[in-house]
Amino acid sequence: MDGKSTQPLLVIRNLKVEFPTRKGILTAVDGVSLHIDSGEVLGVVGESGAGKSLTGVSTIGLLEPPGRIATGEIYLEGRRIDRLPYEQMRKIRGKEIGAIFQDPLTSLNPLFRIRDQLVETIRTHLDLSESEARNRALELLKEVGIPSAGERIHHYPHQFSGGMRQRVVIALALCASPRLIIADEPTTALDVSIQAQIIELLKRLCRNHGTAVMLITHDMGVIAETADRVAVMYAGRIAEVGAVDDVVLRPHHPYTRGLMGSIPAVGSNVDKLTQIEGAMPRLTEIPPGCSFNPRCPRAFERCRVERPELAPVDKSQVACWLFDGQTQERAGGP
Amino acid sequence: MFGPLFYADGPITMIAFVIRRLIQALIVILAVGFISFSMFTYAGDPVSNMVGQDTTIEERKVISEKLGLNDPFYVQYARYLGRVARGEFGTSFRLGVSVLELFKERLPATLELSAIAALFALLCGVPLGVYTGLHREGWISRLVLTLSLVGISLPTFLIGILLIFVFAVNLGMLPAFGRGGVVNLGFWSTGLLTGSGLRSLILPAVTLGMFQMTLILRLVRSEMLEVLRTDYIKFARARGLSNRAVHFRHALKNTLVPVITITGMQIGGIIAFSIITETVFQWPGMGLLFIQAIQFVDIPVMSAYLMLVALFFVVINLIVDLLYYGVDPRLRFDRPVAMGNG
Amino acid sequence: MGWTHACALTGRLPWGTGDRMPWTGQAADALRRAFHSDIFFSFRRSPTVVMAAVVSVVYIAASMLAPWVAPHQVFDVKTLNLMDALTPPSWHPDGQITYLLGTDDQGRDVLSTILFGSQISLLVGFASTLLAMVIGVGLGLVSGYVGGRVDAVIMRIADIQLSFPAILIALLIDGLARGVFPRKMHDEMALYVLIFSIALARWVQFARTVRSSTMVEKNKEYIKAARVIGRHPVAIMFQHVLPNVMGPVLVIATISLAVAILIEATLSFLGVGVPATQPSLGTLVRVGQNFLLSGEWWMTIFPGLALIVLILSINLLGDWLRDALNPKLR
Repeated sequence: MDGKSTQPLLVIRNLKVEFPTRKGILTAVDGVSLHIDSGEVLGVVGESGAGKSLTGVSTIGLLEPPGRIATGEIYLEGRRIDRLPYEQMRKIRGKEIGAIFQDPLTSLNPLFRIRDQLVETIRTHLDLSESEARNRALELLKEVGIPSAGERIHHYPHQFSGGMRQRVVIALALCASPRLIIADEPTTALDVSIQAQIIELLKRLCRNHGTAVMLITHDMGVIAETADRVAVMYAGRIAEVGAVDDVVLRPHHPYTRGLMGSIPAVGSNVDKLTQIEGAMPRLTEIPPGCSFNPRCPRAFERCRVERPELAPVDKSQVACWLFDGQTQERAGGP
Repeated sequence: MFGPLFYADGPITMIAFVIRRLIQALIVILAVGFISFSMFTYAGDPVSNMVGQDTTIEERKVISEKLGLNDPFYVQYARYLGRVARGEFGTSFRLGVSVLELFKERLPATLELSAIAALFALLCGVPLGVYTGLHREGWISRLVLTLSLVGISLPTFLIGILLIFVFAVNLGMLPAFGRGGVVNLGFWSTGLLTGSGLRSLILPAVTLGMFQMTLILRLVRSEMLEVLRTDYIKFARARGLSNRAVHFRHALKNTLVPVITITGMQIGGIIAFSIITETVFQWPGMGLLFIQAIQFVDIPVMSAYLMLVALFFVVINLIVDLLYYGVDPRLRFDRPVAMGNG
Repeated sequence: MGWTHACALTGRLPWGTGDRMPWTGQAADALRRAFHSDIFFSFRRSPTVVMAAVVSVVYIAASMLAPWVAPHQVFDVKTLNLMDALTPPSWHPDGQITYLLGTDDQGRDVLSTILFGSQISLLVGFASTLLAMVIGVGLGLVSGYVGGRVDAVIMRIADIQLSFPAILIALLIDGLARGVFPRKMHDEMALYVLIFSIALARWVQFARTVRSSTMVEKNKEYIKAARVIGRHPVAIMFQHVLPNVMGPVLVIATISLAVAILIEATLSFLGVGVPATQPSLGTLVRVGQNFLLSGEWWMTIFPGLALIVLILSINLLGDWLRDALNPKLR
């Protein structure tokens, strides 16, 4: 796809995650395909409930019942990982794929010191002695920018502020130098002033360690700052995916256009922000055809009937009938 | 009764905390002492309470003087507290012996029984609770839970009677009453060193501990289920920690912390249940003594028992609070220490 | 024991320290979760539960009508035949069909003593629950409506009392009463003292619930309107607030009934409950225990089983009633 001979680090092909409920089977992730190359940051953006978190959680194998992966494949460096038994998947978690979640306060066990939580994780994956592990833990804390690390390593989680805790969480995720980190809304629970710092830290660390990141968020600003490529999700499906500049500056899918239009640019003089009419449908009420069609200003007959698949448009991939044969688009559609 | 926590950081708070609790404990003891004193002095004849009913008129006069029964009420109260502190609880009506002696004789029996019962409750309740928490759906779990429902619904004395019926009467395996052979180690008489003593402990301990066990079981289970749903457990799994580490290092520790306080608070229950259990099994402990005292209207024993129970209560509660304080690090600091801008 | 149901309902431990310590809230939540778990739920909704509730209604009715329903008039000394004493249950080779469950050492038919005993148990249970309800609802109304120091004092007393198990409280009151009343009066007063002491041990649950409901109602429009009109606070409390807070009270009352019966049975078993002339199920178990070791097991086991059936069935009835009264659960 990009000319390199190396295969992508992570490939998700046609992932479907469903939840059997009393009212029937709800499909929360409906045929999502994406890939992440070594060392790159892929942003996965969308509204709450679009299925982004579930995609991340399924990748790391922590999907909780009754949710289940119905179909689809997930490959890590060419090796299939979506159907691995628990114990094998566990060895991959933390060592090859790491994860960071939203709320740093609840992510850390309040009864254990930071030192113990770090050392435990390190020794689970690396064959180090207690003191070697402690040294490494200290190094990690310094790397994520905890001041007086030597002292603070003995503290409990509640003795850290929110931003500091998230740094600790990042340190924990990086303990065994995984190749990929799934970051699920890593800054959402933090103060705005601290968000930038944490994002900066994440970027820097991943560049230094060569770690790829699946950055899941609803914040386009974070994506624009940090990601190399971005996938826009809507109602469990990918609407558009491409390089971050392309998607942000030259959005194709009407939904993406709406999203970009709703972000005010600094210095621009607008009276009103563009809004997308309506709301994302609930899982039980996903319309046939393209799931965005009820809200789409440019929807036509085909949109209501047939579901569009991702197809290349310019340098991105877009799932929209407007681009089926560029000529049709230019002709303005029926 | 137990006031709000402290406000500052550091070791001063610990001391302040302890002092606050000690003061509250003192208030409780004084209040109970008041009831106890009233009972001793105004219910029945305080002179008889003090020296027994078979005393001569002269002796009574002397005691009357000593007790200062015409003194103002608060003076008598203070004197009563002084006597209690010295261990002078009076003389039992029923047995004509000093109450203190009676207590010394009976206390080991009750303490041993309660300790074994508590051990039974913990050793059965915690593992079963953990098991049913980890294996939510299995048939063993369902069976255990249904049985625990039964255990909670049955009154303690019936549990005792049924156990006697099955194990003593029908199967003849275990004794139906009494303590069996005891060995006297100084002032302590123990049943743990003889075969018959140990066998006699089994049924009463199970009876006494049954309710606590089912409580602990259900508590541990639901706490476990709750903890397993938390973010930090999810994150622990995301870091690749083994099931053993996740379940038994993390989840278990977080589960047991609230269980400690609840178990400590059950102390009232253990006292109440021990009265019942000792009656069923004719166990020569404090509980049976108390019941006999009530039936006989043995005022000195009753009022002394009351004071003792209050003291016990207060001490146990204090220990539980300190324990909890030691176990949960969040309580040692009032608010997270902010360090710059994150 | 039923007080665990109660603490599950009110969110408090029976001898907890209220919400003074931060972790007792957590502890109380933990207890509440433990009892409202999945097993309890499925238990409540199955048709067998309803059937069991029906069976229990029959039992309760039968025991209340004991004098007419019982096969033998066991309290009429003239009808007793000492020759029939210690007869085993009817299915035993030595048993007789007229004495279905055997007889006791005085020749009394066990089945009939159970029916009469259940009647006493139920009466004491009802009376003490009613009294607890009156005291608790009254204090709860006052506490919730008046607020301020009165509220603080009442709630403090409630908290302190919750730290002590009901049995201990009842024992204490009984002991005090015996100390205060001369020996001759003990038997006469025993029943009243018993009812009073159980009520005193149980009022807190009612008071707590009513208080919180009252505090909610107090701020509603119709109460404010009544105040503006100038109605007397007592009238407001009873005429307006009370009907609206009775719902949860009835639910607690049913649970409380089972608990009261339990406490009465335990106290009677210990020998400090009902007087010997009016034996309840607890007394029967107590007396029967003396014969357990010599082989006449039916004298204690059957009353014991009857007690279990009674308590369980009232609990089931209470649950059923609660579901029936609560439209939200449908």
